[in-house]
Amino acid sequence: MPVLSKDKRHAVQFTLNGEAVDGFVEPRLLLADFLRHHLGATGTHVGCEHGICGACTVRIDGKAQRACLTLAVQVDGRSVDTVEGMAAPDGALSPLQQAFHENFALQCGFCTPGILMSMEEFLETNPDPSDAEVREALSGNICRCTGYAEIVAAVLQTAKQLREAPTQGSE
Amino acid sequence: MKPAAFDYLRAETLDEALEAMSEFGDDAKVIAGGQSLMPMLNIRLVKPAILVDISRVVVLDYTKTNHKRFEIGGIVTQGHLAKSGALQGIVPLLAKALPHIGHFQTRNRGTVCGSLCHSDPSSEIPLCLATLGGTVVLKSKRRERTVDAQDFQIDMLTTDCRPDEIAVAASFPTSDDNTGYAFSELARRHGDFAIVALAAVATGDTIRLGVGGVAATPTVREWSGLSPADLEDALNEFAWDLGGSDDIHATARYRREIVRRMGAKVIQEASDARAQ
Repeated sequence: MPVLSKDKRHAVQFTLNGEAVDGFVEPRLLLADFLRHHLGATGTHVGCEHGICGACTVRIDGKAQRACLTLAVQVDGRSVDTVEGMAAPDGALSPLQQAFHENFALQCGFCTPGILMSMEEFLETNPDPSDAEVREALSGNICRCTGYAEIVAAVLQTAKQLREAPTQGSE
Repeated sequence: MKPAAFDYLRAETLDEALEAMSEFGDDAKVIAGGQSLMPMLNIRLVKPAILVDISRVVVLDYTKTNHKRFEIGGIVTQGHLAKSGALQGIVPLLAKALPHIGHFQTRNRGTVCGSLCHSDPSSEIPLCLATLGGTVVLKSKRRERTVDAQDFQIDMLTTDCRPDEIAVAASFPTSDDNTGYAFSELARRHGDFAIVALAAVATGDTIRLGVGGVAATPTVREWSGLSPADLEDALNEFAWDLGGSDDIHATARYRREIVRRMGAKVIQEASDARAQ
């Protein structure tokens, strides 16, 4: 592959929530900024911009990762999922989103997209987590409103619900 | 916080990456997972002229066991290893340390060799490599060489990796019979940088203790045939030798006290594991 010059914009294309998207980007452009500013997908939030807060967490090829620690050029050809892809086309919330709603697991909502993307992968890899496991998995996302208790309750409720009726799952 | 502008090369083959490192040297930075490098780019602590991305160099995505060594290719992620149940039986110390590295979202991307090259003093993987006496394989267009952990980590954030070289693999000694391993660390929040990290290996009456987060590089000491009272003195002496410095998270004195107290615990845990 040729060197992509810093002075130019380069074609990048990938799948976002199941749909093909593309754009022209400088090599240094962060995936988080590409999603928000180029594609208008502002569901992904940007907090600390150095990987600590977890607000920008998206799923790349299914794995939860920081969009602020990823360059847009790096996801060329990959599949990216963001919070915008969670609800059904008719607006019906996913089981995890519904549980957040019912448990009052968000207040200002700034951290919520990152937490949803993180917990979606977590529940796929660990369908029957303990309270302690949920708390440890949440350690990579900072919420300054809730105190986490409601978020833990929402995740545990979703896990139980998906175990009892797995076909209702979002994935 | 946005990175300063840089050129970007996504290498498709190892030769392409090595060719670029030979051409650009000091002006280039290798990126694999980028979980340490990207924050430094965002904060502009690092401003390379060109970023050489090796994350799609598939020949570096492997692990293999050979002659009592477990070799991990240059782009194998921490998350991939953590999910492999087999690691516990092959390199138990590393298996115990992995869950402490950042968060699962950063482990999904962060690599073992990248962590070694970043060489943060409190980092878990360099500590495991130093404690077990592992090696790093460095490759350039001209040659390939294997460097011992203690020679690889020169100072805080500084390694023996030369400007034209890429760390293509890390090699850890596999677990020995009748040997116990233990890992523990103290951090403010799970996954944060360790204030002090400790790794212990117990074989026969020999104890090896590695400490990260206190001195500029992981530091390892080995003792044989110590009585419990001798061990207390030995830990105290080790803590003083490590020195350490004050920062926003803890004072040097606090760190030394953690080495004494958690050091004794982690040694006990390794000794108990050996007995089983």
